Amino acid sequence: MMRLELVKRPQRSALFSVLSPFIAFALTMIAGAVLFALLGVNPFNAFNVYFFQPISEVWQLHELAIKAAPLILIAVGLSVCYKANIWNIGAEGQFILGGIFGSIIPVLFPEFEGPLVLPLMLLLGMVGGALYAAIPALLKTRFSTNEILTSLMLVYVAQLFLDWLVRGPWRDPQGHGFPQTIQFGDSAILPELMPDAGRANWGFVFALVAAIGIWLMMSRMLKGFEVRVLGSSPRAGRFAGFGFNRMVFFTFLLSGALAGLAGISEVSGAIGQLQPVISPGYGFTAIIVAFLGRLNPLGIVAAGLVLALTYLGGEAVQSALGISDKVARVFQGMLLFFVLGCDTLIHYRIRLIGFAAPKLEAAPKLEEAR
Amino acid sequence: MDITVNILLTIATAATPLLIAAIGELVVERSGVLNLGVEGMMIMGAVGGFGAGYLTGSPWIGLLAAIIVGALFSLLFAVMTLSLATNQVATGLSLTLLGLGLSGMIGTSFVGQPGVRLPNLDIPGLSSIPVVGRLIFGQDPVFYISIALTAGVMWFLFKTRTGLTLRSIGDSHSSAHALGIQVIRYRYLAVTFGGACAGLAGGHLSLVYTPQWVENMSAGRGWIALALVVFASWRPWRVLAGAYIFGAVWIGQLHAQAFGIPVPSQFLSSLPYLATIVVLVLISRNKRLTMMNTPASLGQPFVPDR
Repeated sequence: MMRLELVKRPQRSALFSVLSPFIAFALTMIAGAVLFALLGVNPFNAFNVYFFQPISEVWQLHELAIKAAPLILIAVGLSVCYKANIWNIGAEGQFILGGIFGSIIPVLFPEFEGPLVLPLMLLLGMVGGALYAAIPALLKTRFSTNEILTSLMLVYVAQLFLDWLVRGPWRDPQGHGFPQTIQFGDSAILPELMPDAGRANWGFVFALVAAIGIWLMMSRMLKGFEVRVLGSSPRAGRFAGFGFNRMVFFTFLLSGALAGLAGISEVSGAIGQLQPVISPGYGFTAIIVAFLGRLNPLGIVAAGLVLALTYLGGEAVQSALGISDKVARVFQGMLLFFVLGCDTLIHYRIRLIGFAAPKLEAAPKLEEAR
Repeated sequence: MDITVNILLTIATAATPLLIAAIGELVVERSGVLNLGVEGMMIMGAVGGFGAGYLTGSPWIGLLAAIIVGALFSLLFAVMTLSLATNQVATGLSLTLLGLGLSGMIGTSFVGQPGVRLPNLDIPGLSSIPVVGRLIFGQDPVFYISIALTAGVMWFLFKTRTGLTLRSIGDSHSSAHALGIQVIRYRYLAVTFGGACAGLAGGHLSLVYTPQWVENMSAGRGWIALALVVFASWRPWRVLAGAYIFGAVWIGQLHAQAFGIPVPSQFLSSLPYLATIVVLVLISRNKRLTMMNTPASLGQPFVPDR
């Protein structure tokens, strides 16, 4: 019987910490090829349609940027949470609340126009996301309620709340009964970067700025140090005088604000109005982005582009090969699995018992007990 | 009287999948493993159960398939967290994400197809006794499984030596390892059991509760089951009580919607999720209770030293 055995490395392997995302990606490709073959499609053809055709023209790169922007924005915020060992998995809900808060001005005060509108909307979006994220933070610090479950439950509540808004009080009276708000006015639309070349908007710039900002914070500032210390050793953090409760609030408010900014950027940039569904699961996919990027903001930019490509590829295989676009979800899930598995290689060597002869002195005795 | 019986019956039907999934997760967590993939295993069980039932025409084969699919899917989590010592929170999340995607892809061709339904148990004579007859003798088979499962797990955890061993692993895996207990093997079995339960719960959804395939039909029930385990402070009989309270909330809001209560239906639909948060807050406020009952090694990866 073959068995895996982990042998701890004396120190973390620098080689594998660089290589592991690439190994994971390669493994995902192999698994993806098997998947496509099972679906009765030539894997090479499918890969071509999935990974290359969606980015073969300039306007398509703009579409990639549109999809990558929210993923990167959310994921850099989440990476700070996860570094601190705080588990905000409700970014999808914070994204939605950001979209709703930011839409207050264009929906309720459509006659208010001018250059002030957009900055105010973005600010409101961040406030909305941060406030919604403050709920699990408050419950965790006051009542030590598990933040994983509360933040996740709030996603369902946010989705239903948005559904109610666009079907009820915020519905466009001239919209022929469609569940959507009025189209935003010109001053409430996030401008495109290069309107001649494609649709990419300022959301992508926000994402890059956020990534660089968080990278500076995490690597150069005391706050980043605090996050890392509290994440790897809460006790050491306490002795250093870093407050755990303050950290919970800080990480939740930060990641909530970024998710909210992503939400309003998506609504005012890519969509232009509120609809019952404004996110194809960005808040959850961003969790994958954060891990694929190794919780490093710069890695997250690259990972965000990769995951954005899985969305575009999903749409492409659906229209070209007639495969369900759910295949994108499967790719994303597999990728995260392989990333997590490959990360083991950073801290452990893997030995296959049954192939290699056991050579450690204590080993025979333990083998006997088995 | 008839209405009361009907409401009680629907509450039991709504509570059953929560109860089964939560009981499975309880065993997993008692062994010290936190599997956040319940939602994913449940939806895989639902699509597997529906598919097998639809293709063979037999709801029983469907139910069996749901259990097997759930168990196999949980093995993925087990290999990652137990053999490769990955982060349990992240791995569990990815199991859920993968399950939601995979089930959506597998189920594309099942959308809108008529499913098969497990028939209710019907014992001539007994099930026609007024009131208690239908409640005790006229429910769907999975209901009886859920009750038996709860009793069985209670007995196993607290009355058998193996159950004691399992709990000791959950409280201190290093001590258990030092005593020569096969920590990883126990945990593999516990995780697989949890997966089988979540799969069965999913099968109940697509073969009894609403015999059809709808994408994301688990609708957060897996997460509520996770919350139930915390709410129950890792005691099986409290899981039973909790599941029925949540079943009542779920059914209550559906009835309120049907009665046309002047509250937007979306607010009523969000009640089960809000109730979960409220209940979690109430239970975690009592820090001593939670501290005393949480398995001490919960969520921590274990790599045996050799």
